[in-house]
Amino acid sequence: MTETRTAPVATGAEDRRDAAVPGAPPATDGLDAARVSWSVDGRLVLDGVDCTAPPGAVSGLLGPNGSGKSTLLRVLAGVRAPDAAPGRDAAHVRFADADLLALPRRRRARVLALVEQDATTDLPLTVLDAVLLGRIPHRSLLAGDSAADRDVAAAALARVGMSAFTGREVATLSGGERQRVHLARALAQEPALLLLDEPTNHLDIAAQLDTMRVLRDLAGDGVTVLAALHDLNLAAQTCDHVVVIADGRVVAAGDVHDVLVPDVLDPVYGVRCEVLTHPRTGRPVLVFDSSD
Amino acid sequence: MTTLRARPAPVPVRPDGPAASGARRGAGWWVPAGVAALVATVLVTVTVGPADLAVGDVWRSVATHLGLGGLLGLEPLGALQDGMVWQLRLPRVLTAAAVGAGLAVCGVVMQSLTRNPLADPYLLGLSSGASLGAVLVLVAGWTVLLPVAAFGGAVLALVAALGLAGALGALTPTRTVLAGLAVSQLAAAATSFVIFWSATGDSYREILSWLMGSVAGATWTSVAVAGGATLVLGTLLASTGSVLDAFTFGDTAASALGIDVVRVRWTLLVGVALLTGALVSQSGSIGFVGLILPHAVRLLTGARHRLLLPLSALFGATFLVWADTLARTVFAPRELPVGIVTAAIGAPVFALLLWRGRRTT
Repeated sequence: MTETRTAPVATGAEDRRDAAVPGAPPATDGLDAARVSWSVDGRLVLDGVDCTAPPGAVSGLLGPNGSGKSTLLRVLAGVRAPDAAPGRDAAHVRFADADLLALPRRRRARVLALVEQDATTDLPLTVLDAVLLGRIPHRSLLAGDSAADRDVAAAALARVGMSAFTGREVATLSGGERQRVHLARALAQEPALLLLDEPTNHLDIAAQLDTMRVLRDLAGDGVTVLAALHDLNLAAQTCDHVVVIADGRVVAAGDVHDVLVPDVLDPVYGVRCEVLTHPRTGRPVLVFDSSD
Repeated sequence: MTTLRARPAPVPVRPDGPAASGARRGAGWWVPAGVAALVATVLVTVTVGPADLAVGDVWRSVATHLGLGGLLGLEPLGALQDGMVWQLRLPRVLTAAAVGAGLAVCGVVMQSLTRNPLADPYLLGLSSGASLGAVLVLVAGWTVLLPVAAFGGAVLALVAALGLAGALGALTPTRTVLAGLAVSQLAAAATSFVIFWSATGDSYREILSWLMGSVAGATWTSVAVAGGATLVLGTLLASTGSVLDAFTFGDTAASALGIDVVRVRWTLLVGVALLTGALVSQSGSIGFVGLILPHAVRLLTGARHRLLLPLSALFGATFLVWADTLARTVFAPRELPVGIVTAAIGAPVFALLLWRGRRTT
């Protein structure tokens, strides 16, 4: 049995770090971020977050609206720089022994890819052209698309089941189709670390399951996946590891069986939940009541 | 239901289809076609004009000056007629071409960097700012500083417009254009005031040519300034296709693709201001070229910048040469500022863009 439960955190950062994912391979092989803080206009959005994602696994980043999930993903992706507060130990973001914060942007973009929520364009861009954008970090800024770039893009589209849409304009796609194109664009970057911000948002249930299956396949190929998710049951069925944050702090992290429990979820979401067991997969299934 | 499971082999993509090329069908032919259209446009429009010159005589004059006279065994033209072609018509046509190409490239770059389909040097006030800078140094008699002052005016207008729009909240297209309008009106009023205050001759005509734009007085110096700026800065800007592509899905996406968003945006916008300043110092502020040409070319080639930038330059040049030819011939011997022609064509397109973009404003 995995005993990876991290109790709801009340103590300092060191305790949290020590408790992170015992039993999993050493954290330096996957994503390992520590003491990440980020503030805007004096408001602290992330307050010393420690977050790990084991290599070759799907990790879920959970938390209510406004808890800082999107911001954390942006800091991890290098889009935002973490606060460097005097008197505090500096934040670090490591992946497979590389210091992501110190890596030059273009090299970082060859290691990790970020799938944003609801990225749109008004421009008349074809699906293939959108996916080819993912090749930008891999080639000279003066070069055009090579045959190899097109092969990678075609393979990425095949992987998300969008090969038939290659010549369609992105603006004409449904929300679910567009989300898959964004995923294919990220895959065209050939990332070892894939960060996704609510990749199943606005998707019907079949498309949600399909998306999660692609993420599982990628993890099976050795990609480290960290996805912010709203649907706790989707996370329970598909994630190997989950991190729960609230108000910019990590509340709990570890195996789904240990973290997706009433003690953790009830205070974070302000609900009452009960945990059942999925009859086939043995994974937790959550049912909710409002807290009063 | 489509399944997302990885397939054993990628579905083959037709190698010759429009989708497989990464652009639309016939992408490889657009640039040669654009070059051919521009060359043909110059050769035809240079023969058009009020003076009664035969087509053959016009080309004979041009060929002689290009050193082809001996080769083709041509008789030189009379000095008066020759001067009409070589000193008046050709510099004017070439200046219009350089200004059109440069403005179209500026429009593409601004629309892409600000993700604003309404961005162009004229609507955001850069052109008016450049006009004001140019008029100020002309009045002061420091003609040498003309392009520098125009550049300074363009940069100040850009900073003022984006600063004002930013102070009002997020940089939405409508807010940016409104801020640009305020800056542009203020700079235009100041330009008119300076000319009135200092004018010795026909101030109305002069005001009109700065505010509406005109290449009527173009000389070989104009060709050198506008053409040189378009060749150097326009080529540099036009080589940034991949960088501009990366902005397609916004700043975060660009940043995640390895682009230093802030540095790239300001470097390229300063490049745009520099080019706008050089162009406006020779032509005044001509509207709508930078706005509508990029949209028209996108309809033909799609949104990838590698093709969009050079093609917008070629079509922008062709467009402005024809617009100027209309301006000087339709009501001959009276002559319209070319900006009236571009506005007559561009304003309805602008309205259409506003209509199409109403969701995002």
